[in-house]
Amino acid sequence: MRKPEFVYVTYIETTPEKLWEALTSSEFSRRYWFNTDVKSDWKVGSPFALVMNGTTTDVGEILEADPPRRLSYTFQHVTNEEARKQQPSKVVFTIEPYGKLVKLTLTHEGFAEGNKHLDGISKGWPAILSSLKSMLESGTALAIPPSALGIEGFA
Amino acid sequence: MNIDHFKPAIVYTIYIASTPEKIWEALTTAEFSRKYFSGNAVEVDLKIGGAYVMRSPDGSVHISGEVIECVSPRRLTVTFNVNWPALIEKLGPTLVTYEIEPAGDVVKLTLIQSHDRPISDDILSGGRQGWPAILSSLKSLLETGEALIIKMAPPQQMLEALKQMGIATP
Repeated sequence: MRKPEFVYVTYIETTPEKLWEALTSSEFSRRYWFNTDVKSDWKVGSPFALVMNGTTTDVGEILEADPPRRLSYTFQHVTNEEARKQQPSKVVFTIEPYGKLVKLTLTHEGFAEGNKHLDGISKGWPAILSSLKSMLESGTALAIPPSALGIEGFA
Repeated sequence: MNIDHFKPAIVYTIYIASTPEKIWEALTTAEFSRKYFSGNAVEVDLKIGGAYVMRSPDGSVHISGEVIECVSPRRLTVTFNVNWPALIEKLGPTLVTYEIEPAGDVVKLTLIQSHDRPISDDILSGGRQGWPAILSSLKSLLETGEALIIKMAPPQQMLEALKQMGIATP
């Protein structure tokens, strides 16, 4: 039985440095991440937050920051009381040069028993990372309507 | 062929700035597949029961199967059997489904690899490694006009697992 986790790999024609910047700069994240700011000073132990259209949706703490290779943070959904009570999960981005490309591996793991967010997370990351790839390769992020993701409460 | 007893083992979703028709064309014509599918040429007779073949750059048949579901430009399911002796006998047929759904002005493409029996993580590592590379390259091709050059060898853990099961690989 595999652990409850979500793994997504994509290959992007860019550099590790540009990908790192895209993952850690709100100027970029607003374009590919459903108008979400990624807030942190990206130092180990510092707070992390996702702020979507002015509302904080998720918070965490930076666990690893090794630019431009590896970034990880704890991740807790905070838009409702039930979510706030749950143990945080963990997000890890691994950035590897691959020939003239970059291989990005996202692992979202450490879901506590009964955590209801794995399904939504599994639907959300492919949209976010597809849009990130488009932005870095063509200059234009994707305009994906939130309702197309099929996540309850996200439309 | 009844596919009710097949269960998804690998699911990969990618959003592409394109149209369902162009994605359908990219999935079903050799002209496109050679660019994003490691040089392999797809040949498919687009009707239920039609032949599905993927040829290596040297012209040999790498994958063979038949069309199970065909709803242009929305859904294509084929049997997708790598041409290694004893593979089907030991692992059963592999089923591949492409689902194409409009998502606003872009398109959501979902790849589903299914099997009729439990398959080990070692064997599945081949598809888990390969599909993200193939579909990342397909997306780049449709969005920028240039596919990605992603060279990769089959995962060692898969080759060893196949060997242990008595499945010969080239």
